[in-house]
Amino acid sequence: MNIDWTHFTPWSSLSGGIILGVASALFILINGRVLGISGILGGLLPPKSGDTFWRIAFLAGLFAAPWIFNALAPSELITNPQIDADTVLLVIAGLLVGIGTRYGSGCTSGHGVCGLSRMSPRSLVATVSFMASGFLTVYLARHLF
Amino acid sequence: MLRVFEFLAGLLFGLGLILSGMTNPAKVLSFLDLFGQWDPSLAFVMGGAILVGIFAFTLAKKRTTNFFGGALHLPKASHIDKRLVIGSLMFGVGWGLAGFCPGPVLVSMAAGHEKALIFVIAMLIGMVGFEIAERTMRNKKA
Repeated sequence: MNIDWTHFTPWSSLSGGIILGVASALFILINGRVLGISGILGGLLPPKSGDTFWRIAFLAGLFAAPWIFNALAPSELITNPQIDADTVLLVIAGLLVGIGTRYGSGCTSGHGVCGLSRMSPRSLVATVSFMASGFLTVYLARHLF
Repeated sequence: MLRVFEFLAGLLFGLGLILSGMTNPAKVLSFLDLFGQWDPSLAFVMGGAILVGIFAFTLAKKRTTNFFGGALHLPKASHIDKRLVIGSLMFGVGWGLAGFCPGPVLVSMAAGHEKALIFVIAMLIGMVGFEIAERTMRNKKA
């Protein structure tokens, strides 16, 4: 194992993680729900009466984030994302993430952050599963094929 | 009721995702690349989030209502089944192929990245397709 020290960003990643934790904490204590992106989004497909507006409000906030970040953050924190996947790969990956997160009832936020925070054995199994298949996929894609 | 709180929570969550590096697929993939040039940063994201989350959920578990007296929906399911494992494994493969998971890809799409939009469309098709398949199966059983 070689650590990539040049791209290692422990402080911004830790601070970003703490912000994710604060948002999840406020969400369970004020909204009363687990902050899970795939669940919030999936609950709109199809929308159910009385259970829609809060989801849209949350997503609107999420959509506003990059604009507010770019307007307010100091320039050294603004990085241009690099998306290497081509269209075919993006479509396959998107389908797998869409089906998988609904079938497995959660993603990195709901199972990974909230589930592990509430020490749910179910979320631990889910997190170990998607981390393992993520590591294996990158290993196969980068080192075997 | 104006859903100002949910908007702000979404905004805060999005800002956290951007600051942490999660919205950069190349960074996510170098975290998942244990056997290449490994960038451990994203372990700090998870660590930081859980560090805060653990207090909130310990408190939430002791309560029956949220801070405004409304319902507190803590997940009740505790069974570990094939759906959970297979679904999560599928999600991990998709995550490892493109470096996007649901939150970051929505943020990236909103920032105007066309590739994120393609991913989101496929993801929504996957979610809707799953919902339709579920309903069809349920109707067959009933």
